[in-house]
Amino acid sequence: MNRDEKPMRRLEPAAIAGVMSREVANFRTFWKATTFSSLLEPTIYLLAFGLGLGSTIVASVDGVDYIEFVGTGMVATAVIFASALPAMFGTFVKHRFQRTYDAILAAPVDVEELVTAEALWIALRAGFYGCFPLIVSFFFGLVPTWGMLLVPFFGFITAFGFASFGIAVAGTVSKIDQFNYVTTTVITPLFLVAGTFFPIDQLPDGFQVAAQFNPLFQLVELVRGAAFGFETVDILRVAGLIVFSLIMWRIAVRQLGRRLID
Amino acid sequence: MSAGDPSISLRKVEKSFGPITAVDGLDLEVPAGICLGLLGPNGAGKSTTMRLLTGQAIADSGEIRVLGYDLPRESKMARARMGVVPQLDNLDVDVTVEQNLAVSARLYRVRDVPAAVDRALGLARLTDRRKDAVDELSGGMRRRLLLARGLVHEPDLVLLDEPTVGLDPQIRTQMWTLIDDLRTRGATILMSTHYIEEAERLADEVAVMAKGRVVDRGTPSELITKHAGRETAEVYGPPGRLAEVRAAAEAEGLKVRPAGPAVAIVGAPRENPVIPADAVWRAATLEDVFVILTGEEAE
Repeated sequence: MNRDEKPMRRLEPAAIAGVMSREVANFRTFWKATTFSSLLEPTIYLLAFGLGLGSTIVASVDGVDYIEFVGTGMVATAVIFASALPAMFGTFVKHRFQRTYDAILAAPVDVEELVTAEALWIALRAGFYGCFPLIVSFFFGLVPTWGMLLVPFFGFITAFGFASFGIAVAGTVSKIDQFNYVTTTVITPLFLVAGTFFPIDQLPDGFQVAAQFNPLFQLVELVRGAAFGFETVDILRVAGLIVFSLIMWRIAVRQLGRRLID
Repeated sequence: MSAGDPSISLRKVEKSFGPITAVDGLDLEVPAGICLGLLGPNGAGKSTTMRLLTGQAIADSGEIRVLGYDLPRESKMARARMGVVPQLDNLDVDVTVEQNLAVSARLYRVRDVPAAVDRALGLARLTDRRKDAVDELSGGMRRRLLLARGLVHEPDLVLLDEPTVGLDPQIRTQMWTLIDDLRTRGATILMSTHYIEEAERLADEVAVMAKGRVVDRGTPSELITKHAGRETAEVYGPPGRLAEVRAAAEAEGLKVRPAGPAVAIVGAPRENPVIPADAVWRAATLEDVFVILTGEEAE
C-alpha cells in the first residue's frame, strides 16, 4: 500500500504539513500582490508620519528619531494586519463559501491540526512580512543591529496568537459583516494603543496599565529593544506573548471545532 | 476489520439538529466490494449519514463502525482509508489540477505523491490538463477532478455524495462511466443519490431512505418485484378523469402515484376492472418503488 498505516495521534506533523502545503500552493498564486503591498504600505506610512510629522511636529521620542520610532513600531501594525485579518476572512471564506474545510476534514486531519496549520502558516507569513517596515526603515536611516535577527521570531509568536484570534472569531460569527464589530472594538484600539505612533507614557494611567496587556505593545517594545538595546524585562514580554498565543490557539480550536463538527 | 465484516455498519443511529431529526434510528450495513446506492428524496438524511461517516457530524446515539474502526473515536484512522467525493465542488480553483491532487495526496499521507497524482489524473482522464488552473476547466472536468481527488490515495471505501447532482446529461454519463470503472475494480462504494437512473445503473443494491431511516433495501429487481410487481398501468387524460381513476383505484386498494401528465397504477393485474381499457402498460420500475416508499416524486 502506497500509504502510511501507522496509528494516528493528535497533532501529527504530516497532517499539519499537508494543510500547509495547500496554503503554500495557493499563496504562490498571489504572493506578488502581498509582497508589493507589504513593501509599499510601510513606505507610505514612514513618508507620511516619519517625514511629515517628524520634520514638522515631533523630531524625536526618548532620544530616538521619530522616523525610527515609527519604523520600529510599525512592525506590530504589519503583524496584526497580516495575521488577524487574513485569519478572520480566510477562515470564514474557506469554511462558508469555498467549503475547503469539508475536503480537509474528510481526510485524516482533525480540527486541532487544521487550526494549528492555518495559524502556523499565517504566523510564518506575518513574521516575515512584519519585518518589511524595519527593512524600509533602513532606507530612512535606521541602523541594522544583530538583535533585529530576532524580530521575525517576535513577529511569528505574536502573529500566531492573532491568527488564532482571527480563526476563533471566524468560528464564532454567523455573518461576515460581523467582522466589523471586531475590527472596530478590538483590532483598531489594540493597534492605536500599541505605542506605534506615540509613546504610551503620554496616555492616562488607566490606558498605560491596559497597554501592558496589549500583545501589540509588547511586540513594539521587543522590536525597539532589538533596534535600540534589550532590557531584562523583555524576557517576560516574550513569555507573555507565548502565553497569549497558546491561549488564543486553544480558543480557536474550540470555536472552529464547534462550527465545523455538527 | 476481519474478513466478512461489513465495510460500514450503522446501528440505531440518531442525529438531530435542534427540533429536526435528520437520521432517525438508522440501521445500515455495506458489505465489502459492493456499490450500495442510498436513494432518497432531498431531506431524507443521506448527506447527514455521509457526514456521520466522515466524522464531520457526531451521532446523538447509536453505533457506527467504518472499516473496522469505531466512530467517532477512531474516525481519523477510518478516514485515512476512505475516499470522499462531495456533493458540492470544493476544489481550489486558483491552483492547478495536479496541485489539487498533490495536496490531497499529502493530506492522506501518500508516500509517492507524484505517482499517485499521475495515476489519479489517468483515472479521471485529465492528464493533458494537469498544468491548467481549476477555474479553466469545464464543469464536467471539475467533477472528474473531484472524483480523482477522492481516489488519489487508493481508498478501500469510497463515499460518493450525490456525485452527479446538477450536471447535464452528457457529463452525468461520463461520470457514470468512471464510477462504473471503479465498481468493476472491486471498490466498496456508498453512493447517495436522488436520481433513480443513477442508482439503477450503478448500484448492486439500493437502500431506499426516507425521513432519516432505511425503509427497504435490496437489488433493484428485488425491490421492484416486492413493491411494484411486474407491470404498471399509466392512464392519461384531463385532470378530472385522472382524479376519478385515482379514486377508483385507491378504493380497490391499489397503489397509485402521479406520473407527470398521468396517474400510474402500480402492480395491478391487467384484468382488474378498475383499470381503463386505454391504459398504457409498461414494466414496473425502481421509480415506482421510490415513489411508493418515500411518497415523493422522483427525479
